[in-house]
Amino acid sequence: MGGPQGLLSTLKLTCGEWTTAPVASAFPALLGSLKRFHLSHKVTSVVPESALLIVLGLVLGGIVWAADHIASFTLTPTVFFFYLLPPIVLDAGYFMPNRLFFGNLGTILLYAVVGTVWNAATTGLSLYGVFLSGLMGDLKIGLLDFLLFGSLIAAVDPVAVLAVFEEVHVNEVLFIIVFGESLLNDAVTVVLYNVFESFVALGGDNVTGLDCVKGIVSFFVVSLGGTLVGVIFAFLLSLVTRFTKHVRIIEPGFVFIISYLSYLTSEMLSLSAILAITFCGICCQKYVKANISEQSATTVRYTMKMLASGAETIIFMFLGISAVNPFIWTWNTAFVLLTLVFISVYRAIGVVLQTWLLNRYRMVQLEPIDQVVLSYGGLRGAVAFALVVLLDGEKVKEKNLFVSTTIIVVFFTVIFQGLTIKPLVQWLKVKRSEHREPRLNEKLHGRAFDHILSAIEDISGQIGHNYLRDKWSHFDRKFLSRVLMRRSAQKSRDQILNVFHELNLKDAISYVAEGERRGSLAFIRSPSTDNMVNVDFAPRSSAVEASVSYLLRENVSAVCLDMQSLEQRRRSIRDAEDMVTHHTLQQYLYKPRQEYKHLYSRHELTPTEDEKQDREIFHRTMRKRLESFKTTKLGLNQNKKAAKMYKRERAQKRRNSSIPNGKLPTENPVQNFTIKEKDLELSDTEEHPNYEEEMSGGIEFLASVTKDTASDSPAGIDNPVFSPDEALDRGLLARLPPWLSPGETVVPSQRARTQIPHSPSTFRRLTPFRLSSKSVDSFLQADGPEERPPAALPESTHM
Amino acid sequence: MGSRSSHAAIPDADSIRRETGFSQASLLRLHHRFRALDRNKKGYLSRMDLQQIGALAVNPLGDRIIESFFPDGSQQVDFPGFVRVLAHFRPVEDEDTETQDPKKPEPLNSRRNKLHYAFQLYDLDRDGKISRHEMLQVSRKREQEM
Repeated sequence: MGGPQGLLSTLKLTCGEWTTAPVASAFPALLGSLKRFHLSHKVTSVVPESALLIVLGLVLGGIVWAADHIASFTLTPTVFFFYLLPPIVLDAGYFMPNRLFFGNLGTILLYAVVGTVWNAATTGLSLYGVFLSGLMGDLKIGLLDFLLFGSLIAAVDPVAVLAVFEEVHVNEVLFIIVFGESLLNDAVTVVLYNVFESFVALGGDNVTGLDCVKGIVSFFVVSLGGTLVGVIFAFLLSLVTRFTKHVRIIEPGFVFIISYLSYLTSEMLSLSAILAITFCGICCQKYVKANISEQSATTVRYTMKMLASGAETIIFMFLGISAVNPFIWTWNTAFVLLTLVFISVYRAIGVVLQTWLLNRYRMVQLEPIDQVVLSYGGLRGAVAFALVVLLDGEKVKEKNLFVSTTIIVVFFTVIFQGLTIKPLVQWLKVKRSEHREPRLNEKLHGRAFDHILSAIEDISGQIGHNYLRDKWSHFDRKFLSRVLMRRSAQKSRDQILNVFHELNLKDAISYVAEGERRGSLAFIRSPSTDNMVNVDFAPRSSAVEASVSYLLRENVSAVCLDMQSLEQRRRSIRDAEDMVTHHTLQQYLYKPRQEYKHLYSRHELTPTEDEKQDREIFHRTMRKRLESFKTTKLGLNQNKKAAKMYKRERAQKRRNSSIPNGKLPTENPVQNFTIKEKDLELSDTEEHPNYEEEMSGGIEFLASVTKDTASDSPAGIDNPVFSPDEALDRGLLARLPPWLSPGETVVPSQRARTQIPHSPSTFRRLTPFRLSSKSVDSFLQADGPEERPPAALPESTHM
Repeated sequence: MGSRSSHAAIPDADSIRRETGFSQASLLRLHHRFRALDRNKKGYLSRMDLQQIGALAVNPLGDRIIESFFPDGSQQVDFPGFVRVLAHFRPVEDEDTETQDPKKPEPLNSRRNKLHYAFQLYDLDRDGKISRHEMLQVSRKREQEM
């Protein structure tokens, strides 16, 4: 037993006083991370990681306690609030799906503000009432103490919520509501906490009405002030990143430092620090991602995830460890039990009431199952714990009772509710649906109907079109981006040429890849089996089409090493066929949009399958449209005239369209993308004769839709115009100078570069596709100034 | 919000409402949406306007749905036509069959009419029948890249 005994003293001896704490806290963190490695996915899908970490912390704390009989390392509020919480909140803000967030902002605010106040008030008052009835025995508490306790136990915790919701796949609206609420309720919590704490300090009898009014005013000051601080620092950060072209190495540092500064500043000013750093992350995302280099963006992403994951691990472990501290344990059955009951019940009531109110004003209604998730998913976590430990033991006599109760509440919500929420949701969902496995027919048609429904939703604008959003993007384009975005980023954002640029590149690469691959054995088995199956299923209308899809599939499988296709090599052809058939039917049924979207994850950064799917569908749609367009229109004119028309339209569309944010794709691919409708500023369509309108409209819609999806899809798109199955006008296309840069080399955008297999040979082979140089067609020049995208090859990418 | 101005009278609002069963508020919103989609303020929607909606491009059935707005090969759809198609998607109202007036035409969102709409999406050549080829097409659309 010599080991654990004197562990601490040994540590102190060897490491010295100052380093003991960091060393000793590194061990739990290390343990926690190791645990994450070895834990099978099955376990984590049942038990949320946070629960496991807490248990692990408990075990550790137990060991140390048994060994040394002292309470070891506790989660001190300082460490928590200054070191552990900021990375998590920054991570949440930086990767926040902005559109979704602001689209549901009203709902979120209502739950965050009104909901939290309701929870705090009702819990505090009820506990007070029970106390008055004598059930709790003799305690030295007053009304204000109860209200104080209520305010700190009421807040839903962002750390805990996210940790649990990662496993429970809810629809994106619900997710953003819970997530947003947990972030924004900090302002309320801070205000209530501070207000009641100062009241308690004053003494219950000295509180006047004026103080209450001051409290209410302080809420507004704290929340709006915090937000303002965050926005200011976001502005600062974006501005700074605009000029960091020559200090690329430390670019990522700026992001973290300035964001942390926003946190500290608002903490200094007694404003809501969480709101500040959240909004700093939310507001700066777009500009920072546009301005910094690709490597810096990657660095920032991974570092942020690392810090946030690490902080979360440490927090939960310390929660467990801190719980093992018998000195503070005070048990009062009535108090603890009733607290648990009250917070659950009142949260449910609050959610139901607010949802009823909201549903009268919301387009997308919140159903009962959503409300269940909302109320059951209101987890308390480390924030409450830190706040309660922060209480002044002198003023609040029953601090130990509060601490113990808080610990129990946190453990209960995280462990019990975290464990049971997933089965609960599944049970509720299953209750409403069929119990038998749908037949293939039903599946196919069911999917078809889902697609139809989401299409109709898009047409009727249920999710899109918003006046405020349009106004904001207009304002942003005109003013903000000018100031905050690097000029090159602005230019590429403004030019649709960029889009076609990459489209061409992508196609070129796929040609190259196919050429390479035909000679090599590496992937030949899987694509050939795929191909075989394809041939069985669908007799092609034209042989050329087969090669195109073959190409596309090649491309796709090249980018993501499909382990399944590699494994196929080892099996017999027949098995492979069966597997692929099944695989095909199961997997290639395109998922409708509302299904599982991995919106935000603290632990994952991988792109989802949906990009592939959307890419494929988009290819097909564009090709079809272009075919119909060309056969109806181009076939009528002579080739030469058509060529002129082509040029005209391209110039027109260049002038007309604008990509508000061409850099969106460099952002976290995990983010769900909802295709936005951008306002196509159709200028001067009137001045062209009518018969051109249809044609120009044709190219424009192509351009705009391409642009829409391009700006949102991280993976880039194939150029439909350039696909080889356009048997007609092959020569036409070759003659026309497409949208390639007239520069010396083919310049890939940052977005395209992520997809290009980086090899000098690839670049070399691309140059033949650089067709004629800048068009000096007088026709073009007459149409107006062309924007050139000679985007200089970004410095850092000589790969 | 700009909706202040959208209180401009919708032509034939009453008859549309009767035919489709939309509430006045819904109708107003749809009108607003119609006007937003109608880029050149033509007063009708062409295929281009509907194809502008980015999300439809990544929907495997997007084009067919756009087609369904243009019955009989017309190139334009006006507001009543627009609303008529969307009316198919209202929730089904299950009333007692007794209270229904047998002489009135079925409401657009009846089960039968919904099925009819779905049938239309499958029936590409509009001959009133779904051939084996058409059925395969729909399935094929989702099985693989062409």
